[in-house]
Amino acid sequence: MNGAPDLKLYVELAYLVAAIMFIVGLKKLSSPLSARQGNLIAAWGMGLAVAVTLLDGSMFTKFVGGELFGLWIILGGILIGGVIGAVWARTVAMTAMPQMVAAFNGSGGLAAALVSWAEYFKLVRELPAGTAAMNPGITFSPVLGALIGGISFTGSVLAWGKLQGVINEKPLTFPGQRPVNMMLFAVTVCLGAWLAFTGNPLAFVVFLALALLIGWMFVAPIGGGDMPVVISLLNSFTGLATALTGFALQNNVLIISGTLVGASGTMLTLLMCKAMNRSIGNVLFSAFGSATASGVGTGPGGIAKVVREVSVEDAAVMMAYARQVVIVPGYGLAVAQAQHVARELADMLEKRGVIVKYSIHPVAGRMPGHMNVLLAEANVPYTSLYDMDVINPEMERTDVALVIGANDVVNPAARYDKSSPIFGMPILDVDKAAHCIVMKRSMKPGFAGVDNELFYEKKTMMLFGDARDSLQKLVNAVKEA
Amino acid sequence: MNEGIQLVAALAPIYVFALSVFVGYEVISKVPVVLHTPLMSGSNAIHGIVLVGAMLVAGSADTLLFKVLGFLGVICGTVNVVGGFLVTDRMLQMFKKKPGGAEGRS
Repeated sequence: MNGAPDLKLYVELAYLVAAIMFIVGLKKLSSPLSARQGNLIAAWGMGLAVAVTLLDGSMFTKFVGGELFGLWIILGGILIGGVIGAVWARTVAMTAMPQMVAAFNGSGGLAAALVSWAEYFKLVRELPAGTAAMNPGITFSPVLGALIGGISFTGSVLAWGKLQGVINEKPLTFPGQRPVNMMLFAVTVCLGAWLAFTGNPLAFVVFLALALLIGWMFVAPIGGGDMPVVISLLNSFTGLATALTGFALQNNVLIISGTLVGASGTMLTLLMCKAMNRSIGNVLFSAFGSATASGVGTGPGGIAKVVREVSVEDAAVMMAYARQVVIVPGYGLAVAQAQHVARELADMLEKRGVIVKYSIHPVAGRMPGHMNVLLAEANVPYTSLYDMDVINPEMERTDVALVIGANDVVNPAARYDKSSPIFGMPILDVDKAAHCIVMKRSMKPGFAGVDNELFYEKKTMMLFGDARDSLQKLVNAVKEA
Repeated sequence: MNEGIQLVAALAPIYVFALSVFVGYEVISKVPVVLHTPLMSGSNAIHGIVLVGAMLVAGSADTLLFKVLGFLGVICGTVNVVGGFLVTDRMLQMFKKKPGGAEGRS
């Protein structure tokens, strides 16, 4: 440590600068005009923090002394991880963004768990021979860090799998699930507490395995539609796990940044739940979207329900001669990659003097803002996008509401059916428009797994088929109309 | 005296933690829905700072286990950092006004 204190001072100051850059970056990220700059500032802060870490006392003296193996591990790891991260982030399709965030989050969670593992083993090793008692004030952080990091890792992997379609996105439920999960959690916490007081490397590995299992069990009963909220929550988990590794390593930048993400992530999660008018508990524990949770029968019900289909030509004429058309995009638009054709249609209509407005439900798609990103990609000016609160009063004056691959966000059952899992969620009032054209591939229910009354209403017409195909046909038909 | 200083030093991380919680809440309090996803993605990249922790483990590793844990930790942390910032930037790029597209309209 001789001579190291001076260096340590500069390292710490650089960490402080990095932490401030993260805070400024996050602040700027919350406003549309400065968001990109904010992200860049945070990235530079990260670069700074990583660079100065190489000067860290214990490590640097080793490197200077010619012991370079650790340096090669670090640089090699950064190179490999950097290539994986860069290639993955560059090549992923815009529709796959949500699961991408989940995957990166899981990666961070795993890193936190691994660091916690190493720290715990170090603490056990430093114990004077013969003693078995640990100082729980010090050991709690790697133990808790491993627990939360582990949960975040497997939870994120499962969230990724569900969104990617690798794993069935339906909630997985079994009888006695909640007691089993609670037991599992209780056992793990007890083991963790015991580990904090006594040093036992082997039991720690078992503990870590249990944490991984909990992460899986925790996300399994949650349906694909709720994954955005889950990812946001797991994001804050990883933040917290990171902060805990900071406690173990006595590193302030880890504590500040991790806590920052933990707190802001929790806040963001609550904001997302608020947008759906549901509580966080309801999202996590109600197995939302499973067949048992749906009040309305999803099968062919007792009442003869009639669905009216509309031909492309009729739909085109209706829109071409409308005064105002409201386009409601949903996840189907993203899946079909139909955003460009949707804009083409809107342009055609506008040329004919039709007022075209896009209305975005706060939770349309798989993530808040999902639709905005897609439409922005198709160069739709953001002045044409309307929030739910703004557009709903206008629905009555709208001639045609064109629903493209959206389902739950336009389901009127949310207004009156108390047994429906989406009851209470504010919806887009497309049923108040003079006509409602719903573009869908089939009558399959949405993520919430509930049937949609809207499809059986008199004013509603269905246009079945792939959204992109149908929109292309509509564009051609409008040209001729 | 010395004991008092030690106590303050021991509590410093708790201070940092507690204050960071409030900063985190304050920073996010008012965000338009449009930016929820980029913000989640951006903060996701920031917790990639765990990379620093992994580097500290890897750099001072003296047994095979620590070397392996450090190496894997550095890889995972870097994936989180690099992927996180790049994917956020890609998302945000789409919000900026495009010179060709936006001008001819409105």
